[in-house]
Order: sequence, then structure tokens, then C-alpha cells
Amino acid sequence: VKPARFDYLRAGTLAEAHAMLASEGEDARIIAGGQSLVPMLSMRMARPKVLIDIMHLPELAKIEADENTIRIGAGVRQVKLLAWPALLKRQPLLAAALPWVGHAQTRSRGTICGSVAHADPSAEIPLALLALDGTIHVSSQKNRRSIAAVDFFTGLMSTARNDDELIDAVQVPCRAPGHGYAFREFGRRHGDFAIVACAAVAHANGVRLAIGGVADRPTFRDYPDLTGGAIDDALNAFAWELDARDDLHATESFRRNLVRQLGRATIEEARRCRA
Amino acid sequence: VVATDRYLAEDALELIEVDYAPLAAIVDPLAALDKTQQTLHAGLGSNVASDRSFRYGDPGSAFAKAARRVSVSIRYPRNSCTPIETYGVIATYDPGEDAYDVLANFQGPFSLHPVMARALKVPGNRLRLRTPPDSGGSFGIKQGVFPYIVLMGVAARVAGRPVKWIEDRLEHLAASVSATNRVTTLEAAVDADGRVRALNYDQIDDVGAHIRAPEPATLYRMHGNLTGAYDVRNVAVRNRVVLTNKTPSGLNRGFGGPQMYYALERLMHQIAVELELDPIEVIRRNLVAAKAFPYRTASGALLDSGNYSHALDVALADGGFAELKKRRDAARAQGRIYGIGCTAVVEPSVSNMGYITTVLTADERRRAGAKNGAQATATVAFDPLGTVSVHVASMPQGQGHRTVLAQIVADAFGLAPNDIRVVTEIDTGRDAWSIASGNYSSRFAAAVGGAAHLAAMRLREKLARTASSQLNVQTAEVEFSGGRVHARGNPDNSVSFTRLAAASHWSPGLVADGDQALRETVFWTPPELTPPTEADEVNSSLCHGFIFDFCGVEIDRVTGAVRVDKYVTMHDCGRVLHPGMVAGQITGGFAHGIGAALYEEFAYSPDGAFLAGTFADYLLPTTTEVPAPVILHIETPSPFTPLGAKGVGEGNCMSTPVCLANAVADALGLAEIDLPMTPAKLAAHIHPAEHTRERS
Repeated sequence: VKPARFDYLRAGTLAEAHAMLASEGEDARIIAGGQSLVPMLSMRMARPKVLIDIMHLPELAKIEADENTIRIGAGVRQVKLLAWPALLKRQPLLAAALPWVGHAQTRSRGTICGSVAHADPSAEIPLALLALDGTIHVSSQKNRRSIAAVDFFTGLMSTARNDDELIDAVQVPCRAPGHGYAFREFGRRHGDFAIVACAAVAHANGVRLAIGGVADRPTFRDYPDLTGGAIDDALNAFAWELDARDDLHATESFRRNLVRQLGRATIEEARRCRA
Repeated sequence: VVATDRYLAEDALELIEVDYAPLAAIVDPLAALDKTQQTLHAGLGSNVASDRSFRYGDPGSAFAKAARRVSVSIRYPRNSCTPIETYGVIATYDPGEDAYDVLANFQGPFSLHPVMARALKVPGNRLRLRTPPDSGGSFGIKQGVFPYIVLMGVAARVAGRPVKWIEDRLEHLAASVSATNRVTTLEAAVDADGRVRALNYDQIDDVGAHIRAPEPATLYRMHGNLTGAYDVRNVAVRNRVVLTNKTPSGLNRGFGGPQMYYALERLMHQIAVELELDPIEVIRRNLVAAKAFPYRTASGALLDSGNYSHALDVALADGGFAELKKRRDAARAQGRIYGIGCTAVVEPSVSNMGYITTVLTADERRRAGAKNGAQATATVAFDPLGTVSVHVASMPQGQGHRTVLAQIVADAFGLAPNDIRVVTEIDTGRDAWSIASGNYSSRFAAAVGGAAHLAAMRLREKLARTASSQLNVQTAEVEFSGGRVHARGNPDNSVSFTRLAAASHWSPGLVADGDQALRETVFWTPPELTPPTEADEVNSSLCHGFIFDFCGVEIDRVTGAVRVDKYVTMHDCGRVLHPGMVAGQITGGFAHGIGAALYEEFAYSPDGAFLAGTFADYLLPTTTEVPAPVILHIETPSPFTPLGAKGVGEGNCMSTPVCLANAVADALGLAEIDLPMTPAKLAAHIHPAEHTRERS
């Protein structure tokens, strides 16, 4: 397996990247860490005519945090966010989810925003973004806009980003007082794409549970403060609504069972973390 | 497609348009038995390439008299051993000589050299096959590079230029070599106390779309060992070889052992369950007795040496079996799902090159001419500075040939291992080799290491005679140590080794005619490896190690994932030549066993599409998934090999998958369980019946 022929362009500024995207249109792909795109190129599952490298733009390589939010630029590698000393305190869900993203080797190259742009339905970072009500900032030569995570992921490896747009950054709220966060995942081996991944955010009025690996995109439900059998009923309904499928690694029934059981365990852990 | 680079070749490949007229696919080996289905090879008339029945002892009356009959049905999946380095071939063709010169990471057996020469339509001496000094793993797989050697030879001839081909991972997974998948029904005639009196095997081995040499060897490699570690005198066997729309099968670590032992050892476990006996006791009661060695099995293997019940006792005591049972009790008392499995395996090594002819009838064998033996070759040479080189026709794939051969040869001459140069490239145009050459069937330590020892000892005897006249002592009094050759008890009466070893180069006139010591090549083949008998008995391998494994596993109630809590593996591989290398072989075989048991499958869809073309689909255990086994040893040296060593490279591929399956069966109370034991498969036995969608 070898990629089809492509040209490589290295953007020196964001404006230059925008201009390249504008002129090349749908024939171009942004490359950052390359951990998803390069294997797809090699298998010829992606055949862009032009790759635009944005890893040399200092303005995109920043983690910026204030009292309320964390903004992670498109050049920030996963390993950099994981090693950011404030991460656990500022956003425990990201701290819990990131070690599940691939392996140390892929995290040392892969970027946070690259995983979001790729939008694999099993990926942890899009799931965490959805659970946290995160925002995806995109820009083009003409325009700049911010898209809520719930609107961004539109299906299997498809997003609301237009061909002439690139992701500048993603933004998530900081840990909020009285909130509890939990992340659990099951895969065949550590570092594999999740068969089922669960992210939960518990707060005074209830809990949000987001599930990855089952539907064609990460999906969440908000529940009021359910107890006992009502949780099981709610999770059973959610499990069925995700429309699980059989594949090589798991059956649909197995996936639904994990949604019920891992989902419940994740909710309970998030509630404990509130205390 | 041949091009100036791979990118261009793949571009060109996309331009080839093929119109396929799809035929029905045969994927299930049982479907291949169905005469109403599509016939894959019209000339064959059916999809059954071979159907042979064998009878040893009197299984009929043993079954008629049996107190109990116990049986298991197994579907052993397709899997492979996936070396890091894939196939690589560089082929050139010389039109003036009408000769091919090919460098390939082929591992042998070199019985495939004549197959390749015939395919290229040249005499054997016009196919010069060379192999590099190292290969990045093989585990049997690089036997299967041979069709590509032929193809690249043809490509080089047509192109008029040298051709290079490096296999990529997709090509490797899809089309290198797979182990066979097998459907087995195995029944035992059993006494009330668990003593097995007869076995009845029905084996259907799926070799894929073509029977590629040396298949159907997977089915016959274990033919002498169908009774495993047990003293069972009555055996009936029906062996069928079927063709399906899958990748052709070939050598793979364990070769036939994983498939056969999965059935036999699941059966032994099931005998214990159905007769309400302790599984350890069922194994113990059936083991070949220590005083019976060398022991001829019902189907013809000659078990060279062993003390199976002693190995079992040492393993139970030193491996902490009583403690493991307490762990199981404690876990179960807490509501956890925990099971213990055990297995006993005889690990064959140094294959008889004639075993595959057991697939023929005695009459067909007579007409074809007897085949047997296992020629190993080694050459030890002195150069004019008196330093020592050793060459073997065995291609190292990570087994530590240099380390072990240097040690063996250094020991013969009283030198340090670092003094010995080990040469492992093979060149069929120059080197000593034979059909058994190569690195497979765990033959390195027992056969190749032994041949190197014999070659070194021949030179040593010559040097000793020359030294005896120089030192003026009896030959028997000459000793080799510390780089000197000296008189016993008088180290001052000595000559340097290098001076003595160089003598035949510089001053042959001072060396007696028969004692010229320059270079010795030994061809060694054991007399025990005879052709199959008229009654189809075959000593399929020279050496037989013994393995007894036990393990404890816990299964997660939510995810169905298996956690190996403890794994103990006891080995008797005869004399251990190098403890580190042996530990490496056992650990590696164990990792492959974990993969086969829990992760790996070459899956096909019902229409024959291959589903495991990447490592995201074909899951290998990584270091995180492989716990460290407890490794124990006893040593009963083989009387049939020069150094007393037996092979140890494949045993855990045979013992570990079924040992884990027995533990899972114990944990979940299952009578049938097939590999791989995936979380989804096991969870189906644990999870409660699913709530319907409507409940909410």
C-alpha cells in the first residue's frame, strides 16, 4: 500500500492556509499529526491532490485557558494536552479520556483537533467534546464561525465543516463547581478503537451520558436525577436507540449490554465525583 | 505489475480492469464436503482432495466395551503468526546460463527448492537460492515465500532486469500463509476411572483454495502423536483435506499441533467433567509411564525420553497449584467468574521428511519411492590464523543461532563463544544443504546445533591426535581449555589452539594424512526417522518434549474479557543448551498462544471476502495483553540427538490456547467453546437475556 500522488504544501501563516484551501477546494486536505490521514492515504481510501500542513503555525500550537474555558489550538498534539499540568484540575474528563486515545506513540504525533476533524464514531476526543458541550472553531478565507459539538458531528466520519474551512481550535468549559466527570471504555485491547466508550457529566439537576463506538457518531442523552430502575429503563432505551451493529469485534447485543452496564457504572462514578 | 517503483506499480494496478463472473464461494469446510456445491477445481471432481482412514490397535472393540463414551466437536479457526518482517525477494535471470539467482528470506524446508526449480522449468543446479544472515521473524510463515520466488524469477526473465518485491502488510495478511482451520469430532472410549482406551478422530482440514506444498502436511505432522502424552493403544482416524475459497495454508508455529491438541485436551477436560473426576487425575492416569521410554505410540511415533508424571508433580508443587485452587474458591465465594484449566502436551520436533507420505496409501508410497530422514548440515572451518567459523544451513529468524552455535563450537575447542564466527547465510550454489535444510519444526537445537557439535568434534579429534605427538602424550590425555591445548594434569605442556588449528594450512607436512584439519562438513540424519510402515505407522518427528500447563483465569462479568490471573508452564525439552534462548522460545510461543486463544482470527464473510486485512481487524496481543508465565523445567535428555536437546519452539502454541479454553470452560461451565474467546462470545454466556426495546 502506497499513497496516490499528491502535492504537499506547508502553510506559513493561517492566512496562507486559508488561501491554499480556497484555491484547492475539495481536492485539498489539512494534515496535522497525520495519525488518521496517513494510513488512509496509504490505503488509498483518501486521495487528496494536495495536503496542507498546518503544524508550522505557532498561533495554532497553543493551549489557552481562562477562568471558564480551555481553548486548544489545531497544532496541539495529544501528548501536549495530556502533559499540561493544569489539565486534571481544569477539565478532569479530558484528563480521563486522553490516555484511551491510541497509544503513546500515536499521541506523540496526533492532534486534538485532528481527531475531531476525522470524526471517527469510536474516537474519545469527539465524545468528550460532546459530553462537555464543547465548541469547534472553524475558519476560512471569508468567514469564521463556532459550531457546537452537538451540531458538528453529522455522521460516520462526517462533520459540519465546509471544504474551504479548517479547524482553528476546540474549546471546552472548565470543570464547574458541583460537577462530577467520569470516562469508561471497553475495547479488545488497550489503545484500540472503543467498542463502547462512555463519558458522563453529573451535576445538581441530573446527568449527561455520551456514548461512542455504537452509533455513527457520538451521541448523548440528558437525564434528570434518575434513581434505581428508572436509570436501567432509560439506559435500555438509549441502548436500543443507538442502532448498534455487528462487526468483527462485537455483536450488537454485546454493545447494547455494555451501554447499559458500563453506562450505568460511568454515571455512578460521575455522581460520586460530584461529592 | 512490475514497475520502477512501488508507487507507480500501484497506480498501474488501478488501471487494470477485470471483469469477474462471481461463482458461489465455499467458505465453510463442511460445505466443501457437500457434493451439490460448486466444485472449485473441475479436474478434481469434488472439493475433497484427500480422504484417508486409519486404524491402529482395535478401536472397534474398545469402543464396544467402553464404560463411557465422551466426545467433543471443535471448529478451530484460521490464524497466523505475523512476523514483523514480511516476505522479500530479489530475483535475477541470466539468459546465457538459463539460470536464476534469487535472494529471499525463505526459511526452508529446502525440499521446496526442487518444487521451485520444476516450476521454473530448469534443472536444480540452475536455481541458485540465497538467504540472508537474518530474517525478522518467521514462525514458519516464510516457507510460503516460495511461490513468490518463482513469480519474481519469471518477472525478472520477462523484464530482462533484476526484480525486487517486498510484501506489504495487506498482502501479507491476505495472501502469505495461514494455518489451516479444522473441524474435528473426537470421541474417547473411557473406563469409569477416566482411563482412555481408544480415540476416534474425524478431522476435516481446510487448506484453502489450493494445496500448496508441503500441504496437507498440517494434518500429518502430528500423525504419530495423535495420542498426545497418553498411553492409548487403539486409535481410529479419518482425515479429510478440503478446498475452500480461502488463502492457501502453510507452515505456522505449532503446525498441526494447535488444531490437534485443542481437540484432544478439550476432550480430556470434558472426560473429567462428565465422569465427575479431577482433571489432573484424568491426565495423570493416562500419561505414558516413565519406565516405558522409548515408547512407540499406536500410530508409530517413538517418544524418545521423558518422565511425564514427575514433570506433572513438580509443576503442581513448584507452580503452586493448591494455592491456585484456593484463589478460585475465594473468587467464586465473592461471586466472581473464575476457572482453572490444565493441559498435557507432547511437543514434537525435528520432522521426518517422510511423514507427509502417510497421506498416500502404502501402495502409492511403494510406487513413489520411500521418503524419510532429516538431514542437518553444519560446517566448521579453521582459517590460516587458526580462528574458527561455523556455517549451518538454517536461517535464523530471531532464535539466537549465533549465540547458541558459538557456545556449542567454543565448548568443543575450549574457546570463548566470542572466538567463534557464526555464518548463517545460505547459498544453494556453494553451501552444504539438503531437503531438510532450513529453520522449522523446532529443529535448530536438536538437529542443527547437534550437527555443529559433531563437525567441531571431528576437527577436535584430529587436532587432539596432532597435539598428542607434539606434546608427547596419549590422545586421550589431550585437553582443550582457555585457548590452549595441553596435556591433562600438566598445563605447561601445551600449544596454543590457534597455532594447532592453523597447522594444516601452513605446515601440512607435519600433520598426519588423516588428521588434516581445515574444514569439516557433517551431514547428520537420525536413523529413527524411518519411512511410514505398510500399516501406516509413522515416526513423524525425532524428538518429543513434554509440557504440562495450568492456569487460572477470571472473566469480567460486565465485559466478558478474560484476564489470565496465573499461568504455569512446565517443560521438558531435554538438555537445555541456553536457558535464555529457551525462555525466549517459551515466552514467544505463549504470546502466540494468547493471541490464538483470545484475539486472532483470519475471518471471512459468507461470500468469501477476507475481513482481516489490517492489524485493526486482525488483533495481535501486545505486551500489555501478555502476562508473564511461570516457566518450570525438568530435563530428560534425548537419547537420539547429539547434545540431548529437543525442540522447544512451538509447544506453547499447542498447549496454551487449549489450557486457557479449559479454564474458561471451567469458569463458565461450558461443554463447547471455540477460539478466539472474544469478550462478545463469552459475554453471551454471562449477560442476562436482553431487555426488549419496548420495556421503556
